Amino acid sequence: MDKEKLYIKSFCQISNQEVCLNDELIFRSIESDFNVFAKEIYQKFEIQYPKFHKMDALCKLAFLSSEFVLNQNYNSETAIILANHSSSLDTDVKHQKTIKNQENYYPSPAVFVYTLPNITIGEISIRHQLKSESAFFVDEDYPIELIHQQAEYLIKSGKTTQVLCGWTEYFQNNYQAFVYLVGKEGNVPLESKFIKERIINK
Amino acid sequence: MENLIEELKHKIVEVLNLEDINVEDIDAKDPLFGDGLGLDSIDALELIVLLDKDYGIKISDPKQGKTIFQSIETMAQYVTDNRTK
Repeated sequence: MDKEKLYIKSFCQISNQEVCLNDELIFRSIESDFNVFAKEIYQKFEIQYPKFHKMDALCKLAFLSSEFVLNQNYNSETAIILANHSSSLDTDVKHQKTIKNQENYYPSPAVFVYTLPNITIGEISIRHQLKSESAFFVDEDYPIELIHQQAEYLIKSGKTTQVLCGWTEYFQNNYQAFVYLVGKEGNVPLESKFIKERIINK
Repeated sequence: MENLIEELKHKIVEVLNLEDINVEDIDAKDPLFGDGLGLDSIDALELIVLLDKDYGIKISDPKQGKTIFQSIETMAQYVTDNRTK
């Protein structure tokens, strides 16, 4: 495969009660509860998608961060490669609470359905009607090289023209999203240093 | 049955996280699925759990769901006829 350069078309960060799009602060909240903060973002940017309210926190985080990036650069063939550290553990714990007592055993289907991290990709794909390649990795830190190798393969093999990549981490109200759209054109060269500076690894 | 209909409206909005829908705007005859409240298959499962947990009703035949969950009115009638708590 040739070494044609790839670029970042757009990127979004959600962390510490702030939303930044392409390094520009677009929303700040005083709300420390992520779910309330997420609802504020939904309302502030007049997103019309009732299913949002049914999502678990990890999906809300991935949905909102990707919303800003994809709305600027919509393409029905956009592939998605995401990663995080805690997988869907936050919702796994909630599900476990509903099944630990045999006498009060009422597992919630609406909770159970979010006990896989790749459901985040499903929610983004449904929202944007994507039927593209996708993968979700769970790792200690953001596997930059692996993600970029996959993105490069997808683009240079002609399977897609752009790939939504990023880190979407949520566990018990600790959260961080950094998602970015990779393609053959863009303002920022795709370099590991740029990503590392914006993702706080554990 | 009016009280039960109101109770079900509140429970459905709360349990299914229908944040964009006001309880006052729901007509008891509105379809729950499709054009009405627009519920999906996961919501249907959640309603089955709701009937079991709050009213002691176990739905063993999935085909029954189509009739029971036509609207809040049909759901209320089914609860009235079959509740064990």
